[in-house]
Amino acid sequence: MATAQTTRRGAPSGRQRAVAERTQRSIRRRRARSHVMIGLMYVAAVIATLPLLLIVIHLIRLGASSINLAFFTQTQRPPGEAGGGMANAIVGTLILIGISGIVGLPIGIGAGLYLAEKRATLLATTVRFLADVLNGLPSIVMGIFAWQLLVKPVQHFSALAGGIALGAMMIPMVTRTTEEMVRLVPISLREAALALGYSRWRTSLSIVLRTALGGIVTGALVAMARIAGETAPLLFTALGNQFWSTSLRAPIAALPLQIYNYAISPYDDWHAQAWAAAIVLVGIVFIISLAARVATRRRYGTGD
Amino acid sequence: MTDVVARDPSQATAATGTPTRPSRSWTEIGSEIGDRIYSWSITGFAALVPILLLLIFISVGIAAWPALRTFGFTFLTSSDWDPVAGHFGAAPAIYGTIVSSILALVIATPLALGVAVFLSEFAPNWLRGPVAFAVDLLAAVPSVIYGLWGIFVLIPFLREFLMPFLRDTLHLGVLPLFAGPAYGSSMLAAGLILAIMCLPYISAVTREVLMAVPRSQREAAVGLGATRWEVIRDAVIPYARSGIIGGIILGLGRALGETMAVTMLIGNRHEIAASLFAPGYTMASLIANEFSEATGDLHLSALMAVGFVLLLVTFLVNALARWLVWQTAKER
Amino acid sequence: MKLLSFAIATTVVVAGCSTKSDNARKDSAGGVTAQSSGAAAATTSGASDAQLTGAGATFPYPIYSKWFTDYAGKTGVKINYQPIGSGGGIRQLSEQTVDFGASDAPMTDDEMSKAKGGPIQHIPTVLGAVCVTYNLPEVTKPLDLTGDVIADMFLGRITKWNDPRIGALNKGVTLPNRDIVVVHRAEASGTNYIFTEYLTKVSTAFASSPGKGKEVQWPVGLGAKGNDGVTGQVKQTPGALGYVELAYARQNKLPTAAIRNAAGQFVQPSIEAVTAAAAGVSQKLPASTDYRLSITNAPGAQAYPISSFTWILVYKTQPNADKARKLMDFLKWALHDGEQSAASLDYAPLPALLVTRLDSTLATIKVGATP
Repeated sequence: MATAQTTRRGAPSGRQRAVAERTQRSIRRRRARSHVMIGLMYVAAVIATLPLLLIVIHLIRLGASSINLAFFTQTQRPPGEAGGGMANAIVGTLILIGISGIVGLPIGIGAGLYLAEKRATLLATTVRFLADVLNGLPSIVMGIFAWQLLVKPVQHFSALAGGIALGAMMIPMVTRTTEEMVRLVPISLREAALALGYSRWRTSLSIVLRTALGGIVTGALVAMARIAGETAPLLFTALGNQFWSTSLRAPIAALPLQIYNYAISPYDDWHAQAWAAAIVLVGIVFIISLAARVATRRRYGTGD
Repeated sequence: MTDVVARDPSQATAATGTPTRPSRSWTEIGSEIGDRIYSWSITGFAALVPILLLLIFISVGIAAWPALRTFGFTFLTSSDWDPVAGHFGAAPAIYGTIVSSILALVIATPLALGVAVFLSEFAPNWLRGPVAFAVDLLAAVPSVIYGLWGIFVLIPFLREFLMPFLRDTLHLGVLPLFAGPAYGSSMLAAGLILAIMCLPYISAVTREVLMAVPRSQREAAVGLGATRWEVIRDAVIPYARSGIIGGIILGLGRALGETMAVTMLIGNRHEIAASLFAPGYTMASLIANEFSEATGDLHLSALMAVGFVLLLVTFLVNALARWLVWQTAKER
Repeated sequence: MKLLSFAIATTVVVAGCSTKSDNARKDSAGGVTAQSSGAAAATTSGASDAQLTGAGATFPYPIYSKWFTDYAGKTGVKINYQPIGSGGGIRQLSEQTVDFGASDAPMTDDEMSKAKGGPIQHIPTVLGAVCVTYNLPEVTKPLDLTGDVIADMFLGRITKWNDPRIGALNKGVTLPNRDIVVVHRAEASGTNYIFTEYLTKVSTAFASSPGKGKEVQWPVGLGAKGNDGVTGQVKQTPGALGYVELAYARQNKLPTAAIRNAAGQFVQPSIEAVTAAAAGVSQKLPASTDYRLSITNAPGAQAYPISSFTWILVYKTQPNADKARKLMDFLKWALHDGEQSAASLDYAPLPALLVTRLDSTLATIKVGATP
């Protein structure tokens, strides 16, 4: 850092004083700059939390008035008629999340175990890389793909097609979190189990997987929270339904689809319903995320 | 860590349903078969990932082929999107995708870095949790809700206040970037919403890599008399640079493929305009808007071709991001 | 090794699928779906018997939504309609992924020939109109316009509101010296089709380029998504000129231009003027039952020139008897009882003459036979 160069011995000359002065000034300047930059970081933190606050405020302001018993027990009313609700869409969204979990979790966890155990094989490197790429795949592309593969051949839209499309989106996320979590399990634990005469697969499934379960549950929940609000993959698969339907082979209502249709309609009643639906959807996502956080806390809470 | 002891084996096997303590030889044979089955099945699950991606590439590719064959390279360079005449050029959508994403990064990156550094270096403990949670939650808000909020809150705000303010009050209207009428739905609106949407991704990755910077880096800088800001600037950030860049590119990957919110806000016009106030198009919103309306085979194929280009671009961007993040991990 | 994993992967997929469909079968056999008739497990089309599914045009969505709700309340038959766009309705019907489609633009012969379920019947349901709307704070009296002037404004040939050609049509109105800011639809839509179809009829220049279609390349102006997008743009842009469906203009209290029709009269868009346009055309109906009628620039002194039907599309031969009967019963109900609620939502009901003819057409739909 700044070094005051000494000239001759003896009393500090004017030049030395000047140098010392400069050093002092530069330190003051650097300190000031440091304070400014740290201040800016505080500002950044405020600005970054602002959007969430604004969204939450508007959700409550514009949607809360439409949330009532009818909203959770009735299905939609035609435009121009006040009232009605989104019971079918709420149930539909939960069903879709369920299907996607059944599809995405086993595959994701299986692939994650593979990646953690066979770290360096060609397939592992490829899968690890492609999982990340798949994770960034635009959801609209997944929608088109699902329509071609699951709707067109069987000739009808269905909850199943929507759920599978969402499940496919979950796979890469679950794969990577499972891998990360299984890798955190100390190798000594695996060795101990093997030394006790456990076979490899039982070691993997009942010791290693169980140890990593908290983290995997967290990852799965985060993945579910992310796909719960996906609209694009459902446009051409689940399609939406204005009535009650829980059949997996018929079109099914979903909150994101209802929000989209209502948002671009010109009716005030429907706009209000869209905001209310948004509250419920954010609520579902929030509850899942919170559960994930609790799972994480439990994991770290035991003195990790 | 949860308590892991070798549990009573009967409990451990209850889930798998094998007999608890059969004779020795059986156990060996059983475990061998079990190992084989287990190894095959996880390999199978893992193989599903590339197979799925391959399937997507193949099916979108096949559907896109007629258009790509008909228009060839001009598909990427032509601005002509005319379903009546059957000419399709995706240049405005490609341009819009890139511009809206870059705009998003320009806005989001400084904020995300600021938040990440704040959280990892300065934040008092009581504030760290809530701020981190609020930023992370941004990633959990569904796209369609950003769109809803954008239509009813952001667009009016841009139209009535921000755009006139930039253009007239600050006299930025002389620049082509901020010229033209303020409609609300615009590249700027899309860029802003995308900035909010990719902020949590950038900040999360940055936070991760900052945590990985060894204490010794910081201590050495402090020992040399650096100010708190200089420690960050000269010792911490350079160490985590490629990871941070990876995070930014990961955010870019998000922004490129974002569909619903952008569709609702960008104004959907096939035109390459200099002004950020002008409406534009992105590849994803083009597909979302027109996939349901396309009846002509060539039109549909053109949309599939747009999907294919989008697939390629996001593939490359995500691959690059991944590689950069790995570079950091290796240096660790 | 690679091959092996491939093989395994495929078996996993197949196994997954088979259990899936088993579950699904259990589900529908378990009778979870609220339905009036007993659920047969698998039908030819595979969809659950309980419901009919339709998809298509967004423009009649409000009225259809009301119809299907009312009808379900009255009969318990649930018909699910999703507004995915006219083109989408046509394509999903062609692919047989829905039981009926809906469109504001009639199918072309080419599109009809590609439909996988055989010949298609167009059934008109209600009528709509496209209004030419504008934002001129200085002008209080509704403007009078002609087709060729509108076409030239949208082609960018007339760029000022005080152009002498507009002035000649509006004697005594002081027109401002403002630029015309054209606002058009940004996406493919039935509204685009109706409007461009009219303009190609009244302007040779417009017919040569951009021509007519659900989505055309507008030479000038700004794009806005949806009727409400155009409405919003016009409302807040002085000097703007746009076109929206009647229902939107009414609800947003936008001024609409009176347009000179084929009989030489300047007519304001209204439900009566739209029905008049349909009546003029339906009186001259040929004996054929192809209802792909264009009623733009229709004859009749009262007729509003930019009017159009919107259609429900069904296959002439219905494979599934149960579904077909439900669909036909609904269509009969819609043409008689449903029409009563049209005007309250700013749609014009069909002329009585046409309803009578449609009744006999519905009777010709073959039920429960394979094409």
